Amino acid sequence: MDLSYGPEYEVFREETREFINSHRDQAPRGQGMKSPEVLNWQKLLIENGYAARTIPKAYGGYGAQPDILKSRIIAEEFASAQVNSGLGGQGISMLVPTLLEVGTEEQKQQFIGPTLRGEMVWCQGYSEPGAGSDLASLRTAAVLEGDEWVVNGQKIWTSTAQHADWIFCLVRTEPDAPKHKGISFLLFEMSTPGIEIRPLVDMTGVANFNETFFTDVRVPKHQIVGERGQGWMVANAILGHERDSLGNPNVTLSRLNSLMELMKTETIAGERLIDNPIYRDRLMQIQGRVMALQCNDLRVLSSRLNNTDARLARMIVKLQGTELRHDLEGLAIDVMGEMGLAYADNPHLRDRGSWQSQYMYYLGLIIGGGTSQIQKNIISERGLDMPREPKVEKAS
Amino acid sequence: MEFGLSEEQNLLQRSVNGFLDNASSLEKVRALAEDGGDVWPGLSELGVPALLVPESAGGLGLSTLDAAIVAEALGAHTAPAPFVSSAVMLPVALRSAGGDHDSLFADLASGAVRAGCALADGYGTRAGSGITSNGDSLSGTALYVLDFDADVYLVADNQQALFLVDKDAANLSAQSLTTIDKTRSTGELTFSATPAQRLSDDPAVLQAVLDAGRIMLAADTLGAAQEMLDQAVEYAKQREQFNRPIGSFQAVKHMCAEMAAGLEPCRAMVWFAAHALDTLPDQATMTACHTKAHLSEVGKFIAKTSTEVHGGMGFTDLVGLHYWFKRIGFNRQLLGAPELLREEAARAQQLVA
Ligand SMILES: Cc1cc2nc3c(=O)[nH]c(=O)nc-3n(C[C@H](O)[C@H](O)[C@H](O)COP(=O)(O)OP(=O)(O)OC[C@H]3O[C@@H](n4cnc5c(N)ncnc54)[C@H](O)[C@@H]3O)c2cc1C
Repeated sequence: MDLSYGPEYEVFREETREFINSHRDQAPRGQGMKSPEVLNWQKLLIENGYAARTIPKAYGGYGAQPDILKSRIIAEEFASAQVNSGLGGQGISMLVPTLLEVGTEEQKQQFIGPTLRGEMVWCQGYSEPGAGSDLASLRTAAVLEGDEWVVNGQKIWTSTAQHADWIFCLVRTEPDAPKHKGISFLLFEMSTPGIEIRPLVDMTGVANFNETFFTDVRVPKHQIVGERGQGWMVANAILGHERDSLGNPNVTLSRLNSLMELMKTETIAGERLIDNPIYRDRLMQIQGRVMALQCNDLRVLSSRLNNTDARLARMIVKLQGTELRHDLEGLAIDVMGEMGLAYADNPHLRDRGSWQSQYMYYLGLIIGGGTSQIQKNIISERGLDMPREPKVEKAS
Repeated sequence: MEFGLSEEQNLLQRSVNGFLDNASSLEKVRALAEDGGDVWPGLSELGVPALLVPESAGGLGLSTLDAAIVAEALGAHTAPAPFVSSAVMLPVALRSAGGDHDSLFADLASGAVRAGCALADGYGTRAGSGITSNGDSLSGTALYVLDFDADVYLVADNQQALFLVDKDAANLSAQSLTTIDKTRSTGELTFSATPAQRLSDDPAVLQAVLDAGRIMLAADTLGAAQEMLDQAVEYAKQREQFNRPIGSFQAVKHMCAEMAAGLEPCRAMVWFAAHALDTLPDQATMTACHTKAHLSEVGKFIAKTSTEVHGGMGFTDLVGLHYWFKRIGFNRQLLGAPELLREEAARAQQLVA
């Protein structure tokens, strides 16, 4: 057992802290996706190696050797300073890693740089009205006509489709193949004729996701990642990346600290909330759970450093992390009583209304990216080696 | 950076588990529970009692994490043994208190002397109990003394001072108490101006002893809960209903997944708490309290859920699952139940006015 990262890394941590402290006033706070503040901050972070750190220079990254601990230190320091750590989004967190793994040289050149810089915004077109948890049953079709794929069908829950320049999209190209083998992974511009976007308002009151309709959308033949029929494999490489980034315990820890501050400042009958033993016990229950997941996270990190797979310890992170975060945000609301109801323009808002919006947002993350129930299927079948459910014959 | 067990620690784990697979099989646990007796002589041959005894006093001078690994194995096998008191809490008390204890250390290290612990006055005196001291003598009653079949007792008074009392001391009466857990010996000690050796007046010494003991009980629960989960998964793969293994029913699968999802982080948490006790003094108490509280909650869930996965069989004496159920229940109550410990964790970070 050795928790120190070593002197070389402590120097790096100091540098990171210094960078954050001397530049934090330039960090964007809630400005729009392509605002100058956001684009400049992203540029600054890449130039200094705090974003796109290990992506080759040739593709617009910083070009450092992969170093798990340095990446980790960056994540820890930005989270604890509560400073914007650069662009996330599905393009950067999902598409870029996939292109690096399976994209052609041309695709890497064309897409990675502008995506990293925030100039090219992506949306993810996977889910359909009839294909959610059972994603492989998707029906949006693409048929090859000459040099073009012709796409017809509908996607749903497409986050940020209304702001996106491009979409990475799963479509069925081999209707006669078994369902997992008939899917392809296409990239196309959202300005292509035949795409219609209808915003869907979510429970937080924001229209962040959409229904996306495709009618004879014509896509150049080469805008496919991987081979025809390999889309499921390509997509699964990405889902791994997505799950790893959900329920990150570093961010949860900084939320826990904010919750403690809240409970030290808010009062009931003149008494601080933290001085109420029942509220305090609930806070301590959450702190215990946060601590357990932080320790688990260290174990997973250490196994990555050793090139081993922490299996169950890794598989449970999305389930436990998102559920914990939802409970943490919910506790803040509970201890505030009626004050916890404030929303939107209410003058009595606490912490800019983040407790209610995060409480709901994390319910969305419990559902999105593989629901909690699907996670439990995965944990039991792959982690505990329990028998799969018998297949149900398709009623015809 | 290395978060995990070393080669030596894996070896220790394998050797203790190997011994207990045989010496503390369910069949043998049943016999020991009925007739008395424990596996301490065998563990002594393996050197377990010497783990935390300083090398200068003839011990192995190993870490809290090494001890936690052994505690986990004992929990997994519901092994009857005075490990927590004899191999952990008393050695930690002697080490923290300072002074010359070489001869007692030597007797502990060989397994010749067994210790019991009466520490409830240090964290929460219950009605009908309470210890006062007068110079070098003790009066009052201690209830639920852990590892009761002992040669020497470590006792806390109501001032958080610690004492050593010989089992043959004058004016000491001992009465064993039955609890749900037959793999642990507990009892009641009554002192009336009983001669005692004052070991320490420093509350920090008592705290170090409690921190270590709590981590051991948490580790014991980790082992017991992992065993209950493994048994549930195994049973669910074998048992058939409606012409299919019950493990293919999603309700059953999800019960198992929830157990695994709760338990997996507990392993890292126990490792971290043990490590913190030796190397991160600022976090030691808070972490120990949280770890025992959290493991108690997860353990309770698993004790119930694993039993349910077994159906009626889980409720019988036949499969013996109840030994683990009761072991987890015992660990939860001793040395502070979750609510008390969470309050102590809050106090340790100055959150209590
Ligand atoms: C905030 C948010 C953002 C999203 N963004 C995107 C996006 O950008 N792009 C995109 O493509 N998709 C996106 N999604 C969609 C998301 O991936 C799906 O909602 C999710 O996979 C679940 O599918 P579904 O909504 O069809 O629910 P369903 O699959 O219909 O599930 C309904 C219920 O049935 C349960 N269930 C289903 N199958 C099983 C099973 N085999 N075993 C046990 N229980 C089962 C589920 O757990 C759930 O409780 C987003 C979703 C949310 C909430």
